[in-house]
Amino acid sequence: MDLQTLTYIVVGATFVLYIGIAFWARAASTGEFYVAGGGVHPVLNGMATGADWMSAASFISMAGLIAFLGYGGSVYLMGWTGGYVLLALLLAPYLRKFGKFTVPEFIGDRYYSNAARLVAIICLIFISFTYVAGQMRGVGIVFSRFLEVDIVTGLLVGMGIVFLYAVLGGMKGVTYTQVAQYVVLIFAYTVPAVFIALQVTGNPIPQIALGGHVAGGDAFFLDKLNQVVMDLGFTEYTKGSKSMIDTFAITMALMVGTAGLPHVIVRFFTVPRVRDARSSAGWALVFIALLYTTAPAVGAMARYNLHATVQPGEVGAETGSLAYDSRPDWFKRWENTGLLKFEDKNGDGRIQYYNDKSKEFAAKAEGFGWKGNELTVDRDIMVLANPEIAKLPNWVIALVAAGGIAAALSTAAGLLLVISAAISHDLLKGIVMPSISEKSELMAGRIAAAVAVAIAGYLGYNPPGFVAQVVAFAFGLAAASLFPAILMGIFSKKINREGAIAGMLVGLIFTMGYILYFKGVFITPLAENKPENWLFGISPEGIGVVGMVLNFIVAFAISAVTSAPPEKVQQLVEDIRVPKGAGAAHAH
Amino acid sequence: MQSTDTSGASRTAAAYWKANLQVLFICMIIWFVVSYGLGILLVDVMNQFTIGGYKLGFWFAQQGSIYAFVALIFFYAWRMNKIDREFDLQED
Repeated sequence: MDLQTLTYIVVGATFVLYIGIAFWARAASTGEFYVAGGGVHPVLNGMATGADWMSAASFISMAGLIAFLGYGGSVYLMGWTGGYVLLALLLAPYLRKFGKFTVPEFIGDRYYSNAARLVAIICLIFISFTYVAGQMRGVGIVFSRFLEVDIVTGLLVGMGIVFLYAVLGGMKGVTYTQVAQYVVLIFAYTVPAVFIALQVTGNPIPQIALGGHVAGGDAFFLDKLNQVVMDLGFTEYTKGSKSMIDTFAITMALMVGTAGLPHVIVRFFTVPRVRDARSSAGWALVFIALLYTTAPAVGAMARYNLHATVQPGEVGAETGSLAYDSRPDWFKRWENTGLLKFEDKNGDGRIQYYNDKSKEFAAKAEGFGWKGNELTVDRDIMVLANPEIAKLPNWVIALVAAGGIAAALSTAAGLLLVISAAISHDLLKGIVMPSISEKSELMAGRIAAAVAVAIAGYLGYNPPGFVAQVVAFAFGLAAASLFPAILMGIFSKKINREGAIAGMLVGLIFTMGYILYFKGVFITPLAENKPENWLFGISPEGIGVVGMVLNFIVAFAISAVTSAPPEKVQQLVEDIRVPKGAGAAHAH
Repeated sequence: MQSTDTSGASRTAAAYWKANLQVLFICMIIWFVVSYGLGILLVDVMNQFTIGGYKLGFWFAQQGSIYAFVALIFFYAWRMNKIDREFDLQED
């Protein structure tokens, strides 16, 4: 059976599964629509959280980033997992005890202020739409490459599926589809990884293989990889090129940002008890860690295989580089997508792939008659092309396509739900028309979800040029605005309305301003984005940490000089700190 | 905070909160050490040691910290469930 038919069958089968689950788990009340009725088993919730969290970025992009950054890629590995420790220890149990539906609702109640709630709603919507655009782009890439359909058709199919289970099923439908999607995506990620680990090192467990020997040799794989990349002028794989302070700041911003992402937090509103919220975060991280500890092996081995393919012989020898005419089939297929490009700068008909930015290597390259790097590889193709590069069977490639789509759809659905809840529950019921009936609110939630799906589809089809640049926004904003507000709301009884609002605004505006200043979204950058210009040497990706610190300082300072929160609010804080008396999540 | 309220329930809640903060404090130190400490700040020192083909600092940054995070969350959940029962503040 040819690859395309097989891919259609595998992807089609997963779609049938998702839709089947959506019909089985339709939401009938607002409680089911927002928090799945609050009765999800902690292990299942952990799995759903895993799928919710692991997006197209985790599945498609992360191993590619690690492949090219080496040690520098650790910021994503630690940042995107360490956030769960903060979530499990500092936020989830208390928010579960609070027992309402949304993050803005907590901020509004704790700071007894609709203005605070509104600031939270704005942060939430901005963070979530930034994120969702990226997911839709992921769906587009997978569809156009593997199913060779037009990107519009691909997007419409993806939107249709998400519409069915998010709009009809609400949180209940999304939760159970995410469980299925987790199984599909983790299988799709680990199966090729096991094959490749076995090929490269002879050990089937990627986590051990990465520290093992090259198959049939005495050398350790990582030492060999270091040597291969350094022979071509690249930075040593196990050493990074970022400064220590920037590595520190980015890791911290990603961790804190992760803990402050509304679509992740809200998953812990769906479990029955406070103690389930604690353990459920642990299960979520177990399921996430399965992929995140595999990714470094996938990245390193993909990098190794890539070099082995284009530089099969000795570096500098006349026939050492791959002849363009004898390039493999996968190479041709990815050239068609424009994500892999070859330009024969020295006209020898062979592919010279090396680091032409390295000054030390320049003299050597000139001696070889090389006139600059001739191959441009988009990082996003590494995971998707990996099974083909390693010559794995077609069913594995089909599985990877289904996994990529599962990762993107599950995250998109989770995001669309928090957007819809922010509109129908926080904005409409909470602020604009409090007397709305449950039935109308549920309808409003469905309409909001449908509109959000349409906007997400449009953003996926017509991605604004700045999508890649604003990813830093989502984490930076969550780190600088929502996380500190929630944390102080639980751990301090002194922070009041004025302090919290001022803190969120300062964190938000500072972080946004800094990113705009260097990245120039909507405007031309005001300064070149390079380490010499950065504040304390911290890049825009890591600046959310400084925004968070400012948020804390401002909130404490302002709260100290204004009146303390009312007795009722102090009681609320006392109450969320003890587990006793938590009921199912409820409306008022 | 509530100096006028000396009821037993309030004292229990305060003691419970203190016990919780102690566990939190220990966990957050470990969280910091395994990632920022061994994986970033001390990475060059740690890289002088190896486990298998991994340099130790590199291993902490790309593998070890994640395992430690998982263990930490389960440890916290287990410890807090115990403390909940000691103070008779558990659910149900």
